[in-house]
Amino acid sequence: MTNELDIFVGNTTLIDEDVYRLWLDGYSVNDAVALRVRSGILEQTGATAAVLQSDTMDHYRTFHMLERLLHAPPKLLHQLIFQIPPSRQALLIERYYAFDEAFVREVLGKKLSKGTKKDLDDISTKTGITLKSCRRQFDNFKRVFKVVEEMRGSLVDNIQQHFLLSDRLARDYAAIVFFANNRFETGKKKLQYLSFGDFAFCAELMIQNWTLGAVDSQVDDMDVDLDKEFLQDLKELKVLVADKDLLDLHKSLVCTALRGKLGVFSEMEANFKNLSRGLVNVAAKLTHNKDVRDLFVDLVEKFVEPCRSDHWPLNDVRLFLNQYSASVHSLDGFRHQALWDRYMGTLRGCLLRLYHD
Amino acid sequence: MPGKLKVKIVAGRHLPVMDRASDLTDAFVEVKFGNTTFKTDVYLKSLNPQWNSEWFKFEVDDEDLQDEPLQITVLDHDTYSANDAIGKVYIDIDPLLYSEAATVISGWFPIYDTIHGIRGEINVVVKVDLFNDLNRFRQSSCGVKFFCTTSIPKCYRAVIIHGFVEELVVNEDPEYQWIDRIRTPRASNEARQRLISLMSGELQRKIGLKVLEMRGNAVVGYLQCFDLEGESGLVVRAIGTACTLDKLSSPAAFLPACNSPSKDMKESPLVHPPSHGCRSTHNSPIHTATGSRLTQNFSVSVPTLIYTGMGSGSAGKEGGPFKALLRQQTQSALEQREFPFFTLTAFPPGFLVHVGGVVSARSVKLLDRIHNPDEPETRDAWWAEIRQEIKSHAKALGCHAVVGYSESTSICEEVCILSASGTAAVLNPRFLQDGTVESCLEQRLEENLPAGCGFCHIPYDELNMPFPAHLTYCYNCRKQKVPDVLFTTIDLPIDATVIGKGCLIQARLCRLKKKAQAEANATAISNLLPFMEYEVHTQLMNKLKLKGMNALFGLRIQITVGENMLMGLASATGVYLAALPLPGGIQIAGKTPNDGSYEQHVSHMQKKINDTIAKNKELYEINPPEISEEIIGSPIPEPRQRSRLLRSQSESSDEVTELDLSHGKKDAFVLEIDDTDAMEDVHSLLTDVPPPSGFYSCNTEIMPGINNWTSEIQMFTSVRVIRLSSLNLTNQALNKNFNDLCENLLKSLYFKLRSMIPCCLCHVNFTVSLPEDELIQVTVTAVAITFDKNQALQTTKTQVEKSLQRASTDNEELLQFPLELCSDSLPSHPFPPAKEHLESASSNSGIPAAQRATSVDYSSFADRCSSWIELIKLKAQTIRRGSIKTTVTVEKASPMNEGNFRNRSAPPCANSTVGVVKMTPLSFIPGAKITKYLGIINMFFIRETTSLREEGGVSGFLHAFVAEVFAMVRAHVAALGGNAVVSYIMKQCVFMENPNKNQAQCLINVSGDAVVFVHESELEVVSSQPPTANCQSSCPGGDVTT
Repeated sequence: MTNELDIFVGNTTLIDEDVYRLWLDGYSVNDAVALRVRSGILEQTGATAAVLQSDTMDHYRTFHMLERLLHAPPKLLHQLIFQIPPSRQALLIERYYAFDEAFVREVLGKKLSKGTKKDLDDISTKTGITLKSCRRQFDNFKRVFKVVEEMRGSLVDNIQQHFLLSDRLARDYAAIVFFANNRFETGKKKLQYLSFGDFAFCAELMIQNWTLGAVDSQVDDMDVDLDKEFLQDLKELKVLVADKDLLDLHKSLVCTALRGKLGVFSEMEANFKNLSRGLVNVAAKLTHNKDVRDLFVDLVEKFVEPCRSDHWPLNDVRLFLNQYSASVHSLDGFRHQALWDRYMGTLRGCLLRLYHD
Repeated sequence: MPGKLKVKIVAGRHLPVMDRASDLTDAFVEVKFGNTTFKTDVYLKSLNPQWNSEWFKFEVDDEDLQDEPLQITVLDHDTYSANDAIGKVYIDIDPLLYSEAATVISGWFPIYDTIHGIRGEINVVVKVDLFNDLNRFRQSSCGVKFFCTTSIPKCYRAVIIHGFVEELVVNEDPEYQWIDRIRTPRASNEARQRLISLMSGELQRKIGLKVLEMRGNAVVGYLQCFDLEGESGLVVRAIGTACTLDKLSSPAAFLPACNSPSKDMKESPLVHPPSHGCRSTHNSPIHTATGSRLTQNFSVSVPTLIYTGMGSGSAGKEGGPFKALLRQQTQSALEQREFPFFTLTAFPPGFLVHVGGVVSARSVKLLDRIHNPDEPETRDAWWAEIRQEIKSHAKALGCHAVVGYSESTSICEEVCILSASGTAAVLNPRFLQDGTVESCLEQRLEENLPAGCGFCHIPYDELNMPFPAHLTYCYNCRKQKVPDVLFTTIDLPIDATVIGKGCLIQARLCRLKKKAQAEANATAISNLLPFMEYEVHTQLMNKLKLKGMNALFGLRIQITVGENMLMGLASATGVYLAALPLPGGIQIAGKTPNDGSYEQHVSHMQKKINDTIAKNKELYEINPPEISEEIIGSPIPEPRQRSRLLRSQSESSDEVTELDLSHGKKDAFVLEIDDTDAMEDVHSLLTDVPPPSGFYSCNTEIMPGINNWTSEIQMFTSVRVIRLSSLNLTNQALNKNFNDLCENLLKSLYFKLRSMIPCCLCHVNFTVSLPEDELIQVTVTAVAITFDKNQALQTTKTQVEKSLQRASTDNEELLQFPLELCSDSLPSHPFPPAKEHLESASSNSGIPAAQRATSVDYSSFADRCSSWIELIKLKAQTIRRGSIKTTVTVEKASPMNEGNFRNRSAPPCANSTVGVVKMTPLSFIPGAKITKYLGIINMFFIRETTSLREEGGVSGFLHAFVAEVFAMVRAHVAALGGNAVVSYIMKQCVFMENPNKNQAQCLINVSGDAVVFVHESELEVVSSQPPTANCQSSCPGGDVTT
């Protein structure tokens, strides 16, 4: 006796959160059943393995049918086939678009192309996330990217509107899209200590201050592309390190202000010129795409690592950066105050976030 | 030309891509009604076209309005080749034809294609302007309301219940026309859908005409089915109960509808004697010509069984004056009717006086012998024959009416089993219009009768029972006789006193049959039927006893015929009626008494059974009150009775009493396990697993003993098909497979719905079909309702207390009873003239009260089967089934299977979020009040695929289809302005597959009543506002959870 056909359809679509998670995680029906058995559900409910098998199949089928709709979440809201309470719809969408930290770190900043998709095998092996789940997450990134890439208006709003994600998740996707579009390198070994959250934080600051949208909210791609003009202008900052007088003056202003307040004052004093050169050179190089991509590598190399090797406490880093940015306003010979603030304001935030072990 | 139909096509959305090159679609719409077609403009290059068409106007007869569906086809314009159809929407405009229902149909309807399923949605607005037509000879019956609900709908009052209406139409099945060889599957499916839609429109119109003729204005309990006869045609038939309903103006008049529907009724309806005898002639399907035709047809009738729970009996008019009176009156009202049948299963209080038992009839027919397959006469004659049978069974039980009546068919190739069943009943003559002096007397009697037990009292005459029955005095009022077990097809009357909770009881059975042709096949089936009936009944009885219960409600027995087997599935809800005696236990007896180990085995089994009974009693909270001396203190004048007994009995009466006593001590239902068959049975008895804790299930509307429903409901359909391994199938293996199938299905349901605990599965409806040789398909539709455990418990308690009180009061009153009545009705006592069953009757009156309570009454059941059954008994194991009577046709039918049709599709509210539409097989929505009935939903869909694997195999295919059907029902309801479907039923789900060709096809037929409901909580807030006013707004708002 074999079950040739076995279905259950409720007027209100039944969603089992646990099974949904297993499905999202890419487990096959049999693996899912095995995992559920291990969870002790049989003992709790007195059900048999066959019941569990049938139940799991049913849910998988439902999810499979829902998947098409989840690709365009507004469709899920308007469709008539599955009657799902709004709170459950939200849960389905949110979980479907949720991603694994381990996975996103592998893909962040990479081109969302077929080439990358081919590498998913390796990512799957490396992270222990099933290939199926990797594919889902990758396709989600790509889908969101495609939809909002060319759109005008706020990136986060666009994502929220077209994918009905929670604010948090929409911000994460904004970061992913932003990174994918600018192809920031995040995979280098020295960047491994950074979490997705660190990058997302930086992305948000950069979107707010360094993109076209930061100056004009009516342009296409406003939040996705960096403001080319701004990057071009950053060359002007070079004078801060190129002009020896300016550099010395800058240093003395900072040292005066921080004397006695910094635990690592002497290290700071000794390293000031190196650090300042590093930060300003990063800015000046941003005209080249290649250097844009290496932004984070450079920041870590030029600033985070030197400070870390001298064991700067975070608070000292904060005091230093604040003073470093602010002192520029007192440099009479320097005419690009606004540009400096736009650059340094964001960079300061990023550096503080990036500065940890 | 009394109607103008206006249609506007507003927009489409989510259309499929029809042009690969552009990834877009150039859509336009054809709107067709009758022979007139309009087209919209082509909306170029869009998946969300905005047609915003003008109003298309159709000027049509109201006859057409009733028959024809509005047909909307969405197409993709193609300059060079033929336009491609995207899909269709059929809209039944019937709900617009009566004044109180919907005034406009407006909303998003899924665009449905029989090959691709739902492909986007279309927004349509439909209106009808009706002109009054006073033509007496009109062919239309606009304005007659139809309800699937098998009780008086909530916002109506029944002025008169007229009675049975039926109709049947036949057509050639498009799938079997020659043209089908050359047309596409899509064209063929659409032809079928259209035809069935048309036929059900016609059927409804014709039934409406009959209702108008009877001067009614509504059909309640409307049940429409279709029979796919194959070559011989496609039959659409319907039955219903004609009523005159009054809309209740003040909705505040009703109680919240948590319980049974009839609670709302302020007044009981009248049984209306047909004012013109001739009016009823339309009921007669038998034309003079049929006689001869019939004889040409091959048909086999099988002996009929009448189950009366226990009792059973003859019609005798010589009962006490009380009964005679009753009978005369009811008779005058009902006998003039050809078929005094009612499809209702719940009644206004006082309407139902006594219940006799289940009556049923079956008949085996050969479809290829119909001489004029395109005409309905032959089928009309078949059904008339069966109904006649039912009527005479009811008479034999001393009843003049049949309630809870339903009809069904099972077809396999050219063999067709027709079944009908119902519950024989006596209806209250007080409600007769011509009631005079007698009815006054009646009324007084009536008032004295305790409400909770009256319906259990036997309607037949004890002196003249053709079958032995075990009668006792009612445990509630002590005044009247009751059978020891009661089987019915109706819902539990609301005023019935029940102890504990009820539970779903099923009997399942398979019988192998040789493959055969024509007559041989029909004969084989007919020969098997009585055995199946008998065994199904045995199982039911055993399981009922095992549960410690004494009555079955909502009994549905379905017999399904396949190529090489017959399946029987009976479902019912068991309860413990306080009025009936405690059920006896089950005793196992071995046939080889001298074998020690065997004895041991038997006693082991016995112990297991006893344990199970005790456990069940605890589980279902069956704690009948100890009957105290005081209450029992028999008010019945014993000596007198006894003497009467002696007088009226034959000389054997003394023996009888003694026999009874001995049986009484045995107190058991004896199962002889003398062969493996019987062992199997005992095993299967014990393998039925009770639902996990927190779950209850029943197949009636409400679960006895649970009152506090929350508004969380979940309606579902589950389908399973198993393939039997074809090797050496035996009856036992088959039974086990089938049993496992049903049990596993139930287990799965409990598991899936575990988040709703504490919860009750209500209206559990199983349907079995045998699509192919080795396939068994079971379809279940039910609703899970969460209840509040604490409150439910409380209520039960008070109920029991109340019943106790009532019982004692009744006893006091009893003494004031007119003496002659009392003696006349009671003493007619037991002893049936059928002498071979002497043992069965017992006279309670002579036995000391205490003893009676414990033993005698529940005693006995030796077998009381009539001689015919005894033949069977030799083969099967044993005992007491109801009584059986040999007659001509066959037996009880399962009510379920019916087919209906009609297509519809439906849409949800136009705005951004989709409004929630609840669906339930019940006639009410817990925690809410129905404020308006919008019309009947009756939809028929066909889905076919040639890429079965790609769609996820059979399960994926059917899962999607069932979900689509739900969606289309909801959309249609929402477009009518409703927010729920009540009395929803999936009448047919015919699934066929051909995995080798990667193909499958499925037909689904569903129906229900579209309604507007308002949550009780909301009601309180807006109570001053008439609910009808806020119905439009409330529907999307009345949202519902889960």
